[in-house]
Amino acid sequence: MPLFDRKDKSRYNTFTRRALVMTGAMGGVLAVLGGRFYQLQIMKGDEYRIDAENNRISQRFVFPPRGRIIDRFGVELATNRRNYRVVIVAEQASEGVEAALDAVSKIIEIDPLRREKILHDISQNKRFAQVPIAENLTWEEFARINQHLPYLPGVQPDVGETRAYPFGDEMSHLLGYVAQASQKDQENDPDPLLAQPGFRVGKRGIERQFDGQMRGDAGRSRVEVNAYGRVIRELANIPGKPGQDVWLTIDCQLQRYAEERLAGESAACVVMDASNGDVLALVSTPGYDPNHFNVGISNAVWQDLLHNDHKPLMNKVLSGAYPPGSTFKTAMVIAAMENGLGDLQCNCTGSMTLGNHEFHCWAWKKGGHGGVDIHRALAVSCDIFFYEVARRLGIDKIEAVARGLGLGAPTGIEMPGEVNGCMPSAAWKLARYGVPWQQGDSLSAGIGQGYVLTTPIQLAQMVARIASGKALTPRLVHQVGNVVQPRVIPADLPFSPEAMEAVRKGMQAVCEPGGTANAWRITEPGMEMAGKTGTAQVRVITKAERQSGVKTDAQLPFNLRDNGLFVGFAPVENPRYACACIVEHNAAPHPQVAATRDILRFAQQRDPVKMPVAYPIRAAQNRTDGEGT
Amino acid sequence: MLRPYAAARRHLSIADKLYELNWGLVLLIAIIASIGIAMLYSVAGGSWSPWASSQAIKLVLGFFMMIVVAMVDIRVWMNIAYPFYAASLLLLLGVELMGMAHLGAQRWITLGPLELQPSEPMKIALILALAKFMHGQSVEDISKPLRLMVPLAMIAMPAALVAMQPNLGTTIILVLDGCSLLFLAGLSWWWIAPVITGVAAAIPVAWRFVLHDYQKARVMTFMNPESDALGAGWNITQAKIAVGSGGAAGKGFLQGTQSRLNFLPEKQTDFIITNFAEEFGFVGCIALLILFGTVIGYGVQTAIQARSQFGRLVAMGITLNFFFYIMINGMMVMGLIPVVGIPMPLISYGGTALLAVMFGFGILLSVHIHRQVEIPRHSTGII
Repeated sequence: MPLFDRKDKSRYNTFTRRALVMTGAMGGVLAVLGGRFYQLQIMKGDEYRIDAENNRISQRFVFPPRGRIIDRFGVELATNRRNYRVVIVAEQASEGVEAALDAVSKIIEIDPLRREKILHDISQNKRFAQVPIAENLTWEEFARINQHLPYLPGVQPDVGETRAYPFGDEMSHLLGYVAQASQKDQENDPDPLLAQPGFRVGKRGIERQFDGQMRGDAGRSRVEVNAYGRVIRELANIPGKPGQDVWLTIDCQLQRYAEERLAGESAACVVMDASNGDVLALVSTPGYDPNHFNVGISNAVWQDLLHNDHKPLMNKVLSGAYPPGSTFKTAMVIAAMENGLGDLQCNCTGSMTLGNHEFHCWAWKKGGHGGVDIHRALAVSCDIFFYEVARRLGIDKIEAVARGLGLGAPTGIEMPGEVNGCMPSAAWKLARYGVPWQQGDSLSAGIGQGYVLTTPIQLAQMVARIASGKALTPRLVHQVGNVVQPRVIPADLPFSPEAMEAVRKGMQAVCEPGGTANAWRITEPGMEMAGKTGTAQVRVITKAERQSGVKTDAQLPFNLRDNGLFVGFAPVENPRYACACIVEHNAAPHPQVAATRDILRFAQQRDPVKMPVAYPIRAAQNRTDGEGT
Repeated sequence: MLRPYAAARRHLSIADKLYELNWGLVLLIAIIASIGIAMLYSVAGGSWSPWASSQAIKLVLGFFMMIVVAMVDIRVWMNIAYPFYAASLLLLLGVELMGMAHLGAQRWITLGPLELQPSEPMKIALILALAKFMHGQSVEDISKPLRLMVPLAMIAMPAALVAMQPNLGTTIILVLDGCSLLFLAGLSWWWIAPVITGVAAAIPVAWRFVLHDYQKARVMTFMNPESDALGAGWNITQAKIAVGSGGAAGKGFLQGTQSRLNFLPEKQTDFIITNFAEEFGFVGCIALLILFGTVIGYGVQTAIQARSQFGRLVAMGITLNFFFYIMINGMMVMGLIPVVGIPMPLISYGGTALLAVMFGFGILLSVHIHRQVEIPRHSTGII
């Protein structure tokens, strides 16, 4: 090799050596790549395969139609209607969400608070989630949006369903309302539907109590999506299950009549079927329009509801605990009869002294009722008589009877938010306040004041029990879907027939000449009502005030005025309708008595308990009978 | 080995050259390039447009060019090495000057209907120029500080221009190519060891002053992809999902979902291998690595067999250049190194890159055909 000198040779050897070193290095790197392929594809292949599927497949929920709420005659009280809405998909809003919202708000109105909420919802959701920006649009608005769609990237029209309450704010406390699930709702309920923007859950009343059954199961549409969330094709469509209808025992007509009759008052009223406990009307006024909550309530409306002294957000039937006042004397009559005080005679001078404390009868300025027996005591509502009964019996015997009538304990009605009320005993006071029971406490309790607190539903239950002699409990729901709610066969009350007769006769006398409710008696023959009035103080009248003259309600601020109560049933023979009514802070001309009179008269004229019901399944019994024959 | 009658001849006929062409390598390149076309067809959702058909045309052109380049005598390439280098450098400079007028990265130059990316021919030009320079140096001369300045400047100038574009990936390739040639030419370990140490020490400095924010972000994201799960980390995560979900046997041709459904960015260029991995699985990936390895093997064989130092350096340089692409792209898509825009040679979509790779293979084939040609150290290479 003449052209190669020694230097070339050494250079050649160096090159070969180093080229082989580099070849080894290259082989090493290729082996590393191969190893990485092994690691990703063989060792972690299954894991990444799942990731790829999750990427590709998007589960979309198809909201199931919510079950309706229907009254006993088939009238829809809560239903669904088409909801023309507009949603936005952040990922597809090529000019940004803000710009898209600006463009939409030129076509339809979006108020600033709503806009804030939309932006918040978008930030909380996946880039390709559909977030509603406007709901319940009119057809015209919807059409305008559709027309401008080409200039609204990311905005999509959508037809969904929305909850509708045909009777507006009537029945709002009974039905409740639906609204977007809160963070807390989502923590308590694993149903993935709750996390979907635009999905509504029941918040109060029947809507809340039977939310699980009315909600149904979501349909799932499994779709293949690309990285931007655009649907490429549908892979599977799993149909959902519509929610179940809830059939109430309520009579819509009676309910509406009662609502109308109590409109303007802060009141509660319950009408029950005195033969089986079915709740025919359940009214708390004032109400609110549940349709507002559906779309998100405006702050002004909310503040008004929150600060109104008539407490429109409170369901007074279940959540209001009131001193029952003289309506409690019905229980006192039973207690007296059961404990051998049926022949008690008292001379009412208008007041009685116990220790160094003076107890007054409501008629004390007129010089009292004079001689009263148990029958007249109820009719004229003589306090002195019942002070004497209470003094002789002591609280524990009174408590036993009151509990037998269902006072001081939840009735178990199928609605959320029921409070206990309070039926005190000696042991209760000691445990609660660490102070022993005083005889004076018994006297206050004897006329339904002091520690005694009851809810209107408890009073309704009490009067239904007195009317029927059976331990009835209120029943509001007849049937959910295809399942008839169990009806408990009520036991007889543990009181003697004589005691029951005495209280019923006394209540009858209340609505007769000489009775406190005589002015409001039902005059239609065969529809007469029996009842008991009550006026309950919501404040303590001091000795000083008593001396200077007790202020009349007109002199007091609204929330210190007496509550007016009435419990009654009708007709007097074989009672079918039991009613309890309370009007807060308006006792003077007894509007609650007049209202109850009208409601009980309306109920009897209409007579819903004798009308054929529209329940799809009348009773489980009928079916088994049918199969037997 | 040359045919006996041809070996004796100083000049080879076209027929001789065609006979001597490394047909095995040509076949391998054709196979790998066909896989590339198939992948472009696949990522378009089973469609020839917009990438596969256009790439196929460029591939045919590239093959023709490769054979022509292979026919050209190795000494001709040696002759034009410096002018080629100078022209490429001027083009890069031109891009840089034009880039001043624009904002951001400027990597293309438009010559009539052609869009040229001058950084691509630059790599071949650098290899040729360095090989020519070091062909004239003895082992001892290479390591002399003053002489060493020349190849270092040759590397530094284009690398700096490309870095300013900014194009970190190509800069890395240019520096790796150049340094490899210095190493192969016999640069003394007394230089190599301190330089490696120095580079290691310079990394924090580069981080602070040289790297652009977006490059830093890539590195940070690489360290912790979840930190930016929907931004830059998205690429890394989705690429790994694509590769991993292929499993052992793959989902089958046209059955890959990741790239077809656009979960991968730049699915037709830098990340195309993830689609291959998804559709052909571990088996396919290993087969592809073996194909690449065989190409590299042919390249090394050509380098070692060549008689001229120029031929040896050029062959090894082109082989290493090809390898660096595979290494950086492969590691990048599999989440072993941060994302730097480097395509997979012969597979990714892109005209200039494909033509540059084919041009390189043409020269490699030329070295193979002319492996018996002896060129004296002091020769300028002129035939």
